Amino acid sequence: MGFLSRLFDGMLNTKKSFSEQLKYAFTGNELDQDFYDELEYVLLSSDIGAKATNEILETLKEEVKKNKIKTTDQCKNALKNVMTNILNNVEPQKLVFPCVIMVVGVNGVGKTTTIGKLAQKYDKMGKKVVVVAADTFRAAAADQLEVWAKRAKVKIVSSTEGADPASVVFDGISSGKSRNADVIIIDTAGRLHNKVNLMEELKKINRVVEREFPEADYHKMIVIDGTTGQNATSQVNLFNEAIDLTDITVTKLDGTSKGGFVISLAEEFEIPIRYIGVGESADDLLDFKAKDFVDSIFE
Amino acid sequence: MALFGSLGERLNHIFSKLTKRGKLTELEIKEAMREIRVALLEADVNFLVAKDFIKNVSEKAVGERVLESLTPGQQVIKIVNEELISLMGSENAKLEVAPNPPTIILMCGLQGAGKTTMCSKLGFMLKKQGKKPLLVACDIYRPAAIEQLKIGAKNAGVDFFEKGTINPVKIATEAVSYAKKMGNDTVIIDTAGRLQISQELMDELVKIKEAVKPTEILLTVDSMTGQESVNVATEFNNKLDITGVVLTKLDGDTRGGAALSIKAVTGKPIKFCGIGEKIGDIEPFYPDRMASRILGMGDVLTLIEKAQEAVDQKEMQKLEERLKKNQFTFDDFLLQFEQISKMGNIADLLAMVPGMAGKFNPKDVDESKIKVFKSIIYSMTKKERANPEIINGSRRKRIAAGSGRTIQEVNSLIKQFEQTKQLMKNANNGKLAKMFGRKF
Ligand SMILES: Nc1nc2c(ncn2[C@@H]2O[C@H](COP(=O)(O)OP(=O)(O)OP(=O)(O)O)[C@@H](O)[C@H]2O)c(=O)[nH]1
Ligand SMILES: [Mg+2]
Repeated sequence: MGFLSRLFDGMLNTKKSFSEQLKYAFTGNELDQDFYDELEYVLLSSDIGAKATNEILETLKEEVKKNKIKTTDQCKNALKNVMTNILNNVEPQKLVFPCVIMVVGVNGVGKTTTIGKLAQKYDKMGKKVVVVAADTFRAAAADQLEVWAKRAKVKIVSSTEGADPASVVFDGISSGKSRNADVIIIDTAGRLHNKVNLMEELKKINRVVEREFPEADYHKMIVIDGTTGQNATSQVNLFNEAIDLTDITVTKLDGTSKGGFVISLAEEFEIPIRYIGVGESADDLLDFKAKDFVDSIFE
Repeated sequence: MALFGSLGERLNHIFSKLTKRGKLTELEIKEAMREIRVALLEADVNFLVAKDFIKNVSEKAVGERVLESLTPGQQVIKIVNEELISLMGSENAKLEVAPNPPTIILMCGLQGAGKTTMCSKLGFMLKKQGKKPLLVACDIYRPAAIEQLKIGAKNAGVDFFEKGTINPVKIATEAVSYAKKMGNDTVIIDTAGRLQISQELMDELVKIKEAVKPTEILLTVDSMTGQESVNVATEFNNKLDITGVVLTKLDGDTRGGAALSIKAVTGKPIKFCGIGEKIGDIEPFYPDRMASRILGMGDVLTLIEKAQEAVDQKEMQKLEERLKKNQFTFDDFLLQFEQISKMGNIADLLAMVPGMAGKFNPKDVDESKIKVFKSIIYSMTKKERANPEIINGSRRKRIAAGSGRTIQEVNSLIKQFEQTKQLMKNANNGKLAKMFGRKF
């Protein structure tokens, strides 16, 4: 145990983030087994997962063979390309207005905060925004959203704790429609994807939106905590089964996590990744760009 | 049983050429460990921890004799499982109590880990044990965090302290004097979530620690955390010398490898687990359950045992026979309910099994609904129970009146009956008995 913690101390002190580990991996010049082993560790440590890591490395090796790659620098570029190619598929289309964005996800991932950021973003773009506090379950959830709505100076529709979330959404949509809102953003309670009853509740909310505002460009966006590991796949899988997700947002990438799970998500579900959360203030929301994402990993 | 024991199956496959009585050889172990490694990584065990773990287990396993009752694959799982359990430590759920009250518990962790919820749960638990806890709101950053803790305290029926959004070190200090004055024997301090790389916010925690000298410093970790768990745990532990760990959201379907990683890098005990959103959803940490979960077997071992106890194998076979002949009746339905009731929370257990989530509806096991259904079935005549197709409108009315239920409830029962019948018909022959009756 002592040995291990020392090892990790070392890792932290030298601040070997993903990128730095990669640099380290790429300092040698030979594409030998050691090099690939090192690479594997680096990919694994970014939560890319055992399976995807394996696949990426297989593809890389083919590329190396095909293009007669000899140096670690070339190999690094090839690896970047392999990863960017996977993520290119999930760059999102532009939103069309009016639109409804329903934000879903497991507990504590950053749904409400992301909505606060979105409200400000679209308000600044000159769009009329309405936020809907349909998390009627968690204590003080509506208060939290209200603070964000005030900050962004947008209209909020909410109800009392314990109210039926579907009916809050109904009110939110009618209010948004009557005010000619461009963007209606719905906050939902955090729920674990394996809770059947809670997923049924979400389906019900979803049906209300579909029924009440069929003309809108409807986005069903899952928020995933960037520090999540391989469970991200299960989250997307079950939320997708319930309501056919259209967007993914990954938060908390201002930490040292790299959110590598998006690679397998991109391959498995092909659901567009729209935003990246990089902090707790309203401006800390970026558009997802495949190339930037991969670059940030390598820089 | 691919559903449950995928790792077990793969290992058995590797060992299929091996005779049962042999000793495990280095080569076989090596092959098996490749599978174990993947299983650990898929469970989010940190790769360095996994590497180290595998090295140790391999050394232990070589030359070990395969037990008579087990296949070599099972033997390896047994060794791995035991090693995991011993690494994750004892069932140490006890909170330290300060010699001079109040006992002070400082909660810390990343954003969204579940600290605030855990504070109310701990408060509730301690209150039940006869303590008089005070919850203290030191998260001055997140909107409505104070309000959330306030409601949590109210739900737990415990005291609450806040000072708005002034300096958290000051809030904590004042809270302790307040507790002394008011006779609160335990102080639970909620703090804002923070990244371990935020110098400023980590220093804030250190200052709180210096000011109030907590009895316990509990790092709260989301059980869905990936490789990052080691960085988080190492840094919080370096800065604060934490006394223990609390794992949250274990009612999800995560494999929870973070538990192993954190224990490996900090050596600090995992004390409690959060297993739901309700205030009572807290339990001690069970290393054995965690081990089988990390190995991708969910709570399968417990599940299988439970199912075996509850399900009468002969009845199951009879049921299948009748299903084959399309003779599923309300009597069978009733029998099914009884078996399900006996199994208790099996739906919850099933939901924890990776891959099973969403495939099993806990509504099927809703006790009150089962009671309603039973009362309706009891109001049917023998003939109706055996020949469900004869239950027409007027019979439905009579059954409803006889059982004191509504027509809608009767209809809903009949619909559920039809669905179940279909479902069971679709299930492969013999699958039911297999599902409940065989160890992997
Ligand atoms: N560092 C960082 N923290 C974030 C980010 N997004 C959200 N958070 C923090 O994560 C915590 C939880 O965020 P919430 O927005 O309350 O999460 P939620 O998903 O709405 O939570 P529930 O409604 O309780 O399920 C808060 O402390 C946020 O400030 C991010 O991009 N980076
Ligand atoms: Mg929220």
